[in-house]
Amino acid sequence: MSLAGTTGILEGVDQEPVVVPRRRPWRRSYLPYALLAPSLLFLGLFTYLPVIRVIVESLYDHPHGTGAVAATFVGLGNYTKVLADPAFRQAALNNLVYALGTLIPTLALALAFALAVQRSSRFSAVLRTVFFFPSLVPLVAAASLFFFIFLPGIGLLDYYLAKIGVRGPNWLGDSDIALWSVIGLTVWKNAGYYMLFYIAGLQNIPRDTIEAALIDGANAWQRLRYVILPALLPTTSFVVVIALINLLTSVDHVIVLTRGGPSNATNLLLYYIFQAAHENFEVGKAAAATLLSVVVLLAISLASMRIMSRGSHHEA
Amino acid sequence: MRLERRLWQALGMALLAAVAFLWATPFLWTLVASFRPEGAGSARMASLVPDTPQTLENFRNALESGAFGLYYVNTFIVVAGVLAVQCVTVSLAGYAFARLRFPGRNVLFYVFLLQLMLVPPALIVPNLRTIVDLGLYDTLPGVMAPYFASAFGTFLMRQTFLALPRDFEEAAAIDGAPWWAIVWYVLLPMAQPGLVAFAIVSVTAHWNEFLWPLMVINDPAKHTLTIGLAAFTRGAEGGKEWGVLAAGTLLVMAPLAVVFVAFQRRFVDSFVFSGVKG
Repeated sequence: MSLAGTTGILEGVDQEPVVVPRRRPWRRSYLPYALLAPSLLFLGLFTYLPVIRVIVESLYDHPHGTGAVAATFVGLGNYTKVLADPAFRQAALNNLVYALGTLIPTLALALAFALAVQRSSRFSAVLRTVFFFPSLVPLVAAASLFFFIFLPGIGLLDYYLAKIGVRGPNWLGDSDIALWSVIGLTVWKNAGYYMLFYIAGLQNIPRDTIEAALIDGANAWQRLRYVILPALLPTTSFVVVIALINLLTSVDHVIVLTRGGPSNATNLLLYYIFQAAHENFEVGKAAAATLLSVVVLLAISLASMRIMSRGSHHEA
Repeated sequence: MRLERRLWQALGMALLAAVAFLWATPFLWTLVASFRPEGAGSARMASLVPDTPQTLENFRNALESGAFGLYYVNTFIVVAGVLAVQCVTVSLAGYAFARLRFPGRNVLFYVFLLQLMLVPPALIVPNLRTIVDLGLYDTLPGVMAPYFASAFGTFLMRQTFLALPRDFEEAAAIDGAPWWAIVWYVLLPMAQPGLVAFAIVSVTAHWNEFLWPLMVINDPAKHTLTIGLAAFTRGAEGGKEWGVLAAGTLLVMAPLAVVFVAFQRRFVDSFVFSGVKG
């Protein structure tokens, strides 16, 4: 299975399926809907209803989460409140820095790893496992490990930095550095996962294109720049999209390591939403912030659909 | 010229091995620290060199103080429950999309598609209110419910069914077999690789999940492994308990790690196929 399988998930929507003969016609007409009903029920409850819910809830003021009874209509009040909230602005800015700061090194490493381990040998197989393994463990477990790695003075990082005479900063306690520490964790955790897609993408590049470049006397850098990277463009677009969705929707490590601190330096959008709803009971604010992030997710996904359909044409 | 090439190659290998070692360091430390006796002192806790004698004390402490046994059971219930229901919903829906023709088919396909974009973590706040309304707050079914329908699983099963030859089911249909018999006895046995791929992605995602169960579950007796580990981490500030924390982390990671090592090829294929986590 290769990336073609992944992007091909939407292929053939219009393909005509064969109708299996049926004895009673009424059954034929209801059967498809009956088969889809269980899925549609849960999609309705947990994908569509929540969107309607946040739209409605974001228009009301709910004093301390008392529910719909005490709610008063405030129009776009919650949105202006959220957009004016310095914590929200900080979280949005942090999330942007976090997304870009993670994405670029993650992709570069994923590609470098893929190029390094693509040949099938025992050594490569071991390295592939080592690089992929972090993406298999819970983000919470990764955070637990890094909690110790980042521990001031006696942690893994400072212990070995001290051996070469370097005094490390307070990795999670310094508000200028904490977000970058979280980024470091995320790069470590995700690079091996995206490496898999690059390995699959590299296998799809026809051998003769690379050989042709070799015959033309292209050196390693030129082959990478002018042959391999362009051929990997569909893979890269796809990985960028799933990476961005991931970077907007996972905050487990922030909850375990920093709780958004110090002084909001590692507060991310979903953590802001989690805090507003779960700790401060500001239903309207949480709903407005949720809807804003839903809009961002939809925008990324719509772009991705265009890329995915282009990608599958490219491969077909 | 040839010597120079060889030298570069050796240098590249060495660099690669160094990076791999760096990548594995957090896990190596966990292994070493979890077997380290408590008396080793917090100053040496970070050392990657194993201590002698090794001890299992940390594991016993983790299992006792963290109630990890209970967390294993709860996590297992959630993972198995989600997967069991998903297998039914995605097989039925996948079959409908792959083999039946009906008005509104394309529209419904896009209705499913939206779930790939609005991943459940983005909707935790409104979904929690739905869970409360349904009376499922603080229950394990409440943790599972948002995942019972899976667009990714449906599309994967549809792809799997589409790739199967139609001869067998047509023969069965001519013999008068009803649709459910065709799905159960003819299609599903052949679609097993698709189901396994889906199961791997689903089990990994839900074994590792944290934020949603954290919001739904209040009762400590219903905590999952990740919630237990997070609480454990925040409690273990003092250097003394790091061995226990390492042991606890290892306990949370171990089951998936063991299955992964056993079925490495299938794992990698499934993850590449998935892209979007189920």
